[in-house]
Amino acid sequence: MSDKSASAYWAANIRIITICMVIWALVSFGFGIIFRPLLAGIPIGGTDLGFWFAQQGSILTFIVLIFYYTWYMNRLDKEFGVDEQ
Amino acid sequence: MDQFTLNLLVVGASFALYVGIAIWARAGSTSDCYAASRGVNPIVNGAATAADWMSAASFISMAGLIAFVGYGNSTFLMGWTGGYVLLALLLAPYLRKFGRFTVPDFIGDRFYSQTARLVAVICLLVISITYVIGQMTGAGVAFSRFLEVTSTTGLLIASTVVFIYAVLGGMKGITYTQLAQYIVLIVAYTIPAVFISLQLTGQFLPQIGLWSTHTESGLPLLTKLDQVLVELGFRDYTGHHGSTFNMVLFTMSLMIGTAGLPHVIIRFFTVPKVSDARKSAGWALIFIALLYTVAPAVGSMARLNIITTIYPHTTETGALDLERPLSYAERPQWMINWEQTGLLRFDDLNEDGQIQYYNAANPPAAAEELGWAGNEMVTFNQDILVLANPEIAQLPGWVIALIAAGGLAAALSTAAGLLLAISSAISHDLIKSMINPGISEKGELLAARISMAFAIALATWLGLNPPGFAAQVVALAFGLAAATLFPAIMMGIFSTKMNTAGAVTGMMVGLLSTCLYIFTYLGWFFIPGTAMLENVPANWLFGISPLSFGTVGAILNFAAAYLVLSFTKPAPQEVRDLVESIRVPRGAGGAVAH
Repeated sequence: MSDKSASAYWAANIRIITICMVIWALVSFGFGIIFRPLLAGIPIGGTDLGFWFAQQGSILTFIVLIFYYTWYMNRLDKEFGVDEQ
Repeated sequence: MDQFTLNLLVVGASFALYVGIAIWARAGSTSDCYAASRGVNPIVNGAATAADWMSAASFISMAGLIAFVGYGNSTFLMGWTGGYVLLALLLAPYLRKFGRFTVPDFIGDRFYSQTARLVAVICLLVISITYVIGQMTGAGVAFSRFLEVTSTTGLLIASTVVFIYAVLGGMKGITYTQLAQYIVLIVAYTIPAVFISLQLTGQFLPQIGLWSTHTESGLPLLTKLDQVLVELGFRDYTGHHGSTFNMVLFTMSLMIGTAGLPHVIIRFFTVPKVSDARKSAGWALIFIALLYTVAPAVGSMARLNIITTIYPHTTETGALDLERPLSYAERPQWMINWEQTGLLRFDDLNEDGQIQYYNAANPPAAAEELGWAGNEMVTFNQDILVLANPEIAQLPGWVIALIAAGGLAAALSTAAGLLLAISSAISHDLIKSMINPGISEKGELLAARISMAFAIALATWLGLNPPGFAAQVVALAFGLAAATLFPAIMMGIFSTKMNTAGAVTGMMVGLLSTCLYIFTYLGWFFIPGTAMLENVPANWLFGISPLSFGTVGAILNFAAAYLVLSFTKPAPQEVRDLVESIRVPRGAGGAVAH
């Protein structure tokens, strides 16, 4: 692999990691804790959306994030020809 | 058949299974012993990681922690799962590509320094040994409660079983044993939860029951719980009561601490490919989430169950009828059983023959008029919640026996993973890499087995003589994993320039600052009476709780490392090439013996 495509591959990886980490922080620290008062108006199961994110929603989002990243990277690996044969 | 015989049968059968698996999968090479020859299916590895990760604390204590605090302890749910995102995105695939056997192996080679390797070994040993104490004592307690032996005898039985299957099977044996242990613990955890959810909400899945209508009152379960707690003078369950800042910091510490725990990281060395390491982290989180999404349901439902057991009647408005609490003579059988253990205790303060349970510091308005003299449920150990669940839900005896086997599976699977991390750090990193590089494969395997035997002996001894506060010792393990290993590994992958001086300084700063901060408030080496400042929020530096300090330690680690890098020579070209090579999946071979 040329140096140029190596750095492009790494840049693409960093970009998707950054996007995933922003969502990771947003659902847990954001919706689950800091912004909970802002979500207080959205009722769910006898409480509010922030409580749901803190006790269930963030965990479900984490699972989706990991599988999305895995799927995305498998595609990226093939595109740059760095996948395992 | 009586309950004791049933417990003995179920627990005995599960132990026979574990030992049988170890004999079937015994390790023949160091690669078998450290990394199961990198032949583990990613889904199997996910289940093994889940058992490896979920300890006695997750299985027994977590639902209770949530039940008695409510929203504030959501930190454990988010923190102990969010770490897997960090593992999958930032660490696991690259460490698998690197293709070594241990965490100090990576740090030593990446930072081309025996000093860095040694510092990593020290951090690993402190983290893993403090963590293993809790597992051994947990196993001892579970034994003594269900098998009617002293906790010392229980601890010795637990050590013997771990000794047999960990020493014989190595990583390969541990992997397949952990798979079996995962199945035992998740079945044991789920069955009583499903029945409690059905009884309270009519919903089969506890994950849905938590947000559903409480059948008896017609109100949403959580609304009902908030309402009865406030009636009894407690804080509401869903409300936010503590400091937001510490909640964020503590959650973050648990997340990066989880990602930095060596016994979890080494599980990702066992899969065949880099892409499998990513996938395996996802599967691990699914298997963990099966328990972690049930735990908050168990917590809230059990709390409501206890309150409505003590106040069985309601008034016309639907509020608790405080005038007619449970009469002590008519209390259910599970209360009588658990009173015998001393974990549950009532004291009829006003001698009216009834049980009054409320917050005596903030009593309900009617308390004085009714002649209440204080909270009469004087002891309620939070661990009872999960352990007594089958009895509360009036489930048959085999479910109770299953809970015993599940608690033991959770404690033993984590203990085995920790012992493997400890022994491989000694035999591989200390003996093979530093003291005697010429050691033969056979000699190293023998050294691994001997050091594992020593580690088990040490863990047993520490379990028999536990240092002061078990819970705080675990906080130290998480804090140190967050402040030392996680930043070092991350910089090793994401910075090509990071050099020996930067990494070693960073780890030392993380290690010392975290120990110093925790010991200042919790006592030097947790010896009671040696704390320099009382552990109250007013004394905390910038209001940071010692339990949340791991995040700060990690930031200090990164800052110190980059500061030192700025005036020292960056890593040499061959090391930079190494970093470039671990960033791409292609070329990840099988086990690399070196």
